[in-house]
Amino acid sequence: MTYQPVRFYQTGTFTVGNRLLPDEQRSVQANMRRTNSLNSGHRACQGCGEALGARYAIDAAMEATHRQLVAANATGCLEVFSTPYPETSWQIPWIHSLFGNTAAVGTGIAAALRVKGRHDVRVVAQGGDGGTTDIGFGCLSGMFERNDDVLYICYDNGGYMNTGVQRSSATPPGARTNTSMPVGDSTGARFGQGKYLPAIAMAHEIPYVATATVAELRDLEAKVRRAMEFRGARYIQILVPCPLGWGHPSADTIRMARLASETGLFPVFEAEHGAVTNVSKIKHKLPVEEYLRRQQRFAHLFKTPQRTDIIERIQQLADRNIRRYRLLDNVERRA
Amino acid sequence: MLKQVEGSAAVAEAVALCRPEVICAYPISPQTHIVEGLGRMVDAGKLTPCEFINVESEFAAMSVAIGASAAGARAYTATASQGLLFMAEAVYNAAGLGLPIVMTVANRAIGAPINIWNDHTDALSQRDCGWIQLFAEDNQEALDLHIQAFRLGEELSLPVMVCMDGFILTHAYERVDMPTQEQVDAYLPRYEPRQVLDPAEPVSIGAMVGPEAFMEVRYLAHAKQRQALELMPSWADEFRNIFGRESGGLTHHYRLDDAETVVVALGSVLGTIKDTVDEMREQGVKIGVLGITCFRPWPAATVRSALAGAKRIVVLEKSLAVGMGGIVSNNVTSSFAGSPDLVHTVVAGLGGRAITRSSLHKVFAQAVSGKLDALTFLDLDYAKVERVLAREREQRRSGPIAEAILREVGVVAAKIG
Repeated sequence: MTYQPVRFYQTGTFTVGNRLLPDEQRSVQANMRRTNSLNSGHRACQGCGEALGARYAIDAAMEATHRQLVAANATGCLEVFSTPYPETSWQIPWIHSLFGNTAAVGTGIAAALRVKGRHDVRVVAQGGDGGTTDIGFGCLSGMFERNDDVLYICYDNGGYMNTGVQRSSATPPGARTNTSMPVGDSTGARFGQGKYLPAIAMAHEIPYVATATVAELRDLEAKVRRAMEFRGARYIQILVPCPLGWGHPSADTIRMARLASETGLFPVFEAEHGAVTNVSKIKHKLPVEEYLRRQQRFAHLFKTPQRTDIIERIQQLADRNIRRYRLLDNVERRA
Repeated sequence: MLKQVEGSAAVAEAVALCRPEVICAYPISPQTHIVEGLGRMVDAGKLTPCEFINVESEFAAMSVAIGASAAGARAYTATASQGLLFMAEAVYNAAGLGLPIVMTVANRAIGAPINIWNDHTDALSQRDCGWIQLFAEDNQEALDLHIQAFRLGEELSLPVMVCMDGFILTHAYERVDMPTQEQVDAYLPRYEPRQVLDPAEPVSIGAMVGPEAFMEVRYLAHAKQRQALELMPSWADEFRNIFGRESGGLTHHYRLDDAETVVVALGSVLGTIKDTVDEMREQGVKIGVLGITCFRPWPAATVRSALAGAKRIVVLEKSLAVGMGGIVSNNVTSSFAGSPDLVHTVVAGLGGRAITRSSLHKVFAQAVSGKLDALTFLDLDYAKVERVLAREREQRRSGPIAEAILREVGVVAAKIG
C-alpha cells in the first residue's frame, strides 16, 4: 500500500504547544512559578524581539540558578524601556552603569560574589549589538580573555535602534540604516565590513558560545540553561528582530527570526572551548529574497531596477554560512 | 612601625591594611608600583580574601570596581594621567551611582605632548565628577589619607580619589609610620553598603532619570559632599587617638597667623614652599602657607577664614586652565572676601618642571613688593616661545608644535631641572 508522507513543519520542535509535552520538557514560561524577571509594564515597542528574548533568557537563567542571579545591563533599548525612573520592570538585582562597560561590570560583580563566598549567585551581563560588538567590545574581549564567570547575552537586532536606527558592526550588508542610506549607487550597509562576534568569542576559546533566535524560544532556554552549567566566560548572541529598525509588521517578529535562520543568514549553533558542538539544521532552505522582501530596510533592493546583484551577494553570504556551519544535511563542506 | 620605604610601597601596604576585597590593576606610570605591590601581597596570600583582577584598560578598571562595589565589596584601583581620562566616563558614573570606590591618582601631566612627569592636570580635570579629592603632601599623609578615604567614602557612599604627586612621592623613599592592622581595624569598620545587588532583596541600580528628578539627584550628590566638610574635621580627633598623629583634614596652615602674604598650594610642593617661607620669615617677611588637602568638596569656609587677614595671595598650582589661567586660583578667589585683584596665579611645574626654592623666592618677593602679575608662568622661557610663534607666522607648514619647542631647547634627552 502506498502512502503519502505528511510533512509537518513543526515536527521535532516544541512550537506545537506545551500541552503535548511532558512536564520536564515544558518551557520555563509555561511554569506558573516563572519569575517574570522582566515584568510587564515596560515601554518596549509592539513586537519587540529584544523584550521577548530578554524575558525568556533571564527567566531561564533564573530557573537554572535557583533564582540566584544578578544582571548588569548596557545602555540601550533594553535598559531604557525597562527602567524609566522610578519604575523598573526588573524583578532581579540589576545594574545599569554605561554603554561600553557592561562586561567589566559583570566581572566586578562576579569578583565581589567570589570574594564573599557566594558561589551560588551567578552573573549575567547583557546588551544590544552596538553595546556588544562596537563600544563594549574591549571590555567584552577582556572578560572573555580572563575567563571571568559571567554569561554575556547580546540581543542582536543589527543596529543602534535606541538612538533611531544607525549602523553598527552587526548591521548586515545591504541594509538601510540612517547612517548607511542607499542613496545614489550605494547599497546601504557595505559589504566586507562588520564583524561576526560568535566566531570572535569562539576564538577566545571560552567554555561556551551559542547563537539563538526568538523563533526558537525552547532552544534559547536550553542554551541559557546549558550556559549556566559552565563556570567561566560564556556568550550567547540572540537574534531579536526590531519592527522599527527593520521595517516589518510587529506581528512578523517571530517570522523574521525564523526566516533569518532558515535562509542561512543567521546560523544557530553551539560551541564549547572554541569548537562547534551542535548546529540547528535548516529544515526548509529558503532563498534570502524571502527574508529580505519583507523588510523595509532592504526595500531599495527590490525597486526598479531590482538590485539582483546585491541580492545575489547576500545569497552567497547565506550559502557560505550553510557550508561553514553545515546548516543543511548532506551538504558537502567546501574549502 | 617606622619604615624607610618607597611611597608606592607605603600606599600599597596601607591599602592592604584596609582589607580591600577587589583590586583592579592596569599599568600606567607613575602609579604602577602600587598595584604591583598589592598584586604581590595577594599572590603571596598575605591579603585575603581579595580578588586581584588584571583588566584590559583603565575604563575596565573603574567599571570592574563599579560592579564589585555595587555587589557589596570594598573596591580599589589606581591610575594616573591618560588612564584617568580614559576611565573618565566610568569615574563620573561611579560618583553618580554613589559607590564608595577608593582610587589613587599618581598625579601626572596629560598629553599631548606625552609626558610621564608630575603635575596636577589629570586630577583637576575631574574636579567636577563628584568624587572626593584629597591631595597628599608627603608619603606619610598619602598613606594616612587612604585609610581615611575608605572610612569617609563608605560613610557617605561616595568615591574618593587620593592624589599623590607622581615620582616626587610615589617613587621617593621616605620614612613613614606604618600603622598596625589593629589600629586600622579600630578606625575602619566593615563596609556596610547602602545599596547592594542581592538576590534576596532585588533592586534596580542605575535607572534612567528625566528632567523631573535629575536636579534633585544631582543636588543630593552636592549635599553629600558638603557633609564631608563637616565629617572630616570631626574625625581628626579619632584618627589622632588611634594613630597618634595629625593627618589629613581639610587644609594645612603654616605660619599663617600674622601673614600678609599667603601662598596657597596642593601636594608635595608645599614642602619646598614652606622652606622658602621659612627663609623669607627670617628676613622679616610676613608670609605663610595654606595647603589644600581636601580639594573636593572645596572647603570654602575654611579657606575664607584662613585668608581673612591676607593682603595678597599667591596661588601656586601645577595646573593650567588653558585660555584662562589657574584652576585652583579660581577656586581660591571664590572663597576670598577681598578683591580678586589681590589673588595672583603662578602656574608652575607643568610636566615635571622642577620648582626650585630660588624661583619661588623670586616670585614670592615680587608678590610682596606688589610687582607680581595676575598670571605668571614660573620659569617659562618666553624667548623660545616667541621664536616658535614667529616661525609660525612666517611659515604655514611650521611643523609639529612640540618638536619645534624641543628644537629651540636643543636638548636630546628629558631634563627635569
